[in-house]
Amino acid sequence: MAILVVVESLDGKLKKASREAVSYAAQMGGEVIALSLGDTDQEELATLGANGAGKVLTVAGNFASSSDAAEAVSEVMKSVGANVLVMAQSAKADMIGGRVAIKQDAAMVSNVVSLPDTSNGFSVKASIFSSKAFAQVEVRKDKKILVVGKNVLEIKEDCGTASVESASVNVSSDNKIKVTGQEKATGDVLLPEANIVVSGGRGLKGPENWGMVEDLAKVLGAATGCSKPVSDMDWRPHSEHVGQTGIKVAPTLYIAIGISGAIQHLAGVNSSKYIVVINKDEEAPFFKAADFGIVGDAFEVVPKLTEAIKALK
Amino acid sequence: MKILVCITHVPDTTSRIAFTDGDTKFDKNGVQYIIGPYDDYAIARAVELKEANGASVTVLNVGGVETEPTIRKALAIGADDAIRVNAEPTDALFVARQIAHTAKDGGYDMILMGRESIDYNGGQVHAMVGELLGMPSVSPVMKLDIEGNNAKMTREIEGGKEFLEVEMPFVAGCQEPIAEWKIPNMRGIMTARTKPLNVVEPVASDGSVAYVKYQQPAPKAGVKMAQTVDQLVDMLKNEAKVL
Ligand SMILES: Cc1cc2nc3c(=O)[nH]c(=O)nc-3n(C[C@H](O)[C@H](O)[C@H](O)COP(=O)(O)OP(=O)(O)OC[C@H]3O[C@@H](n4cnc5c(N)ncnc54)[C@H](O)[C@@H]3O)c2cc1C
Ligand SMILES: Nc1ncnc2c1ncn2[C@@H]1O[C@H](COP(=O)(O)O)[C@@H](O)[C@H]1O
Repeated sequence: MAILVVVESLDGKLKKASREAVSYAAQMGGEVIALSLGDTDQEELATLGANGAGKVLTVAGNFASSSDAAEAVSEVMKSVGANVLVMAQSAKADMIGGRVAIKQDAAMVSNVVSLPDTSNGFSVKASIFSSKAFAQVEVRKDKKILVVGKNVLEIKEDCGTASVESASVNVSSDNKIKVTGQEKATGDVLLPEANIVVSGGRGLKGPENWGMVEDLAKVLGAATGCSKPVSDMDWRPHSEHVGQTGIKVAPTLYIAIGISGAIQHLAGVNSSKYIVVINKDEEAPFFKAADFGIVGDAFEVVPKLTEAIKALK
Repeated sequence: MKILVCITHVPDTTSRIAFTDGDTKFDKNGVQYIIGPYDDYAIARAVELKEANGASVTVLNVGGVETEPTIRKALAIGADDAIRVNAEPTDALFVARQIAHTAKDGGYDMILMGRESIDYNGGQVHAMVGELLGMPSVSPVMKLDIEGNNAKMTREIEGGKEFLEVEMPFVAGCQEPIAEWKIPNMRGIMTARTKPLNVVEPVASDGSVAYVKYQQPAPKAGVKMAQTVDQLVDMLKNEAKVL
């Protein structure tokens, strides 16, 4: 049985989440074939061998339209005889998966957080209710699409080598979607990909005070985030809004500064490995969801913390 | 212009999530239901487009009779009429089939949805409906304007935004800041009572997945409080080992 994994790259580098997805597939057992849509460096793609791919297929072209991407994925699934499609969660994965599910009459599960349990049929654990709960989901079709969450398992680094080949598939684009431009978010580290996130809330009083948040992020190599009111008031861009109705992050370390810890904010961060809360109110609900905390005025604590970490490095 | 807005009926974002019947059923006890927050953005944008260009806005929900107050709220915000497909949703595929079947001959110029439902968070329905109806589907959409037969959209992507031109008809999954959430006013609430809410029966769909058991996340071990910044740095370095 072959498992197809759609991998994505960002600025020419494979996404960490895609390597995780390949490792996930490798741990399911069977032949793992990675598929890259669009242009990615061949050498970079070959490194997926270490994560568990036996072969990497590429399809050249522009896949701005999810229907084109889904068609390519579906054709490759057929040609390699894959019954399982694995993707890392991303802005594209759900759009591709939903369409492939219809084309292939496949069952699809999003937000998967465990390897499949095949002791009795085929089921996976998935996060639901914005990470406030989990469900064991039985997959009741022969063809399966699994969209895997971040940090679900360790990336394998020593599996072997992969050959890179181009796949011959014909995609007849309907040209119903045209990309007319792109704009990059500000900041050096991307929020959804970040290993450390430093977030600020209304407690920071105004956009002019974000310098200290950025300084702390910089010494940590972290991305910056914020609570919803902060982006609603345009103190920070919407792309930084973390929470149930914003970006859901799953970094190793999440530092919350002047954020009260409303349930909607927590829903976007509770998959983080460690949470640090800095708040002047010892009753702030965020402390209950934190691993480490300090009660104090952010305007004193944050610059001190930045200096202390700098000194350490 | 005809706009279809698909809405979910979901537990309020502050709800305590719990399960009953040996963790096999969601506990609806004491839960307040709302329009899905992302669906709320879709309705708000649809009403704005109607106010600016003239349009009819139909809301659609796949759900049992208990979702009608939620549907009425969408009518109070400014939708003109509503359809309820009378069935308890079982999975995304089931919902997508109902929406596609209902929309097929409706002549809609666009189908607006939320980026994802906040109960099962699949983010799947828009793509499935797009595929079933042969329409382009785009999500998550942060900005949507109409120009002739095309829509200009801004879509969020990892690391930024993408600007698109999409041919009508299309399916779009909405998120902020596409529009501001709208609160129904008194007049809206009064007129919503008499707006048409048509109930239709579902088409058959085989189950693709089944939610067999639920589980709550393990509680946190408890917070360790640092008295000084140096103590905090020490914890991060030696306990969390993240520095
Ligand atoms: C449907 C819905 C969806 C929502 N989705 C989201 C979401 O996705 N993400 C999100 O974040 N919110 C969301 N919200 C909003 C959420 O309910 C809260 O209102 C919001 O998270 C509060 O933001 P905050 O913590 O920055 O502000 P506040 O609640 O005002 O908290 C500010 C905190 O800063 C502390 N503080 C003040 N001064 C200082 C200082 N000098 N030093 C240190 N600490 C200080 C205070 O003690 C307080 O705890 C949503 C709400 C609704 C209704
Ligand atoms: N039961 C339903 N009735 C109507 N629309 C729905 C239903 N479930 C999902 N949708 C629509 O599909 C979007 C994506 O849902 P999901 O794929 O479940 O995350 C939602 O934001 C709604 O717009």
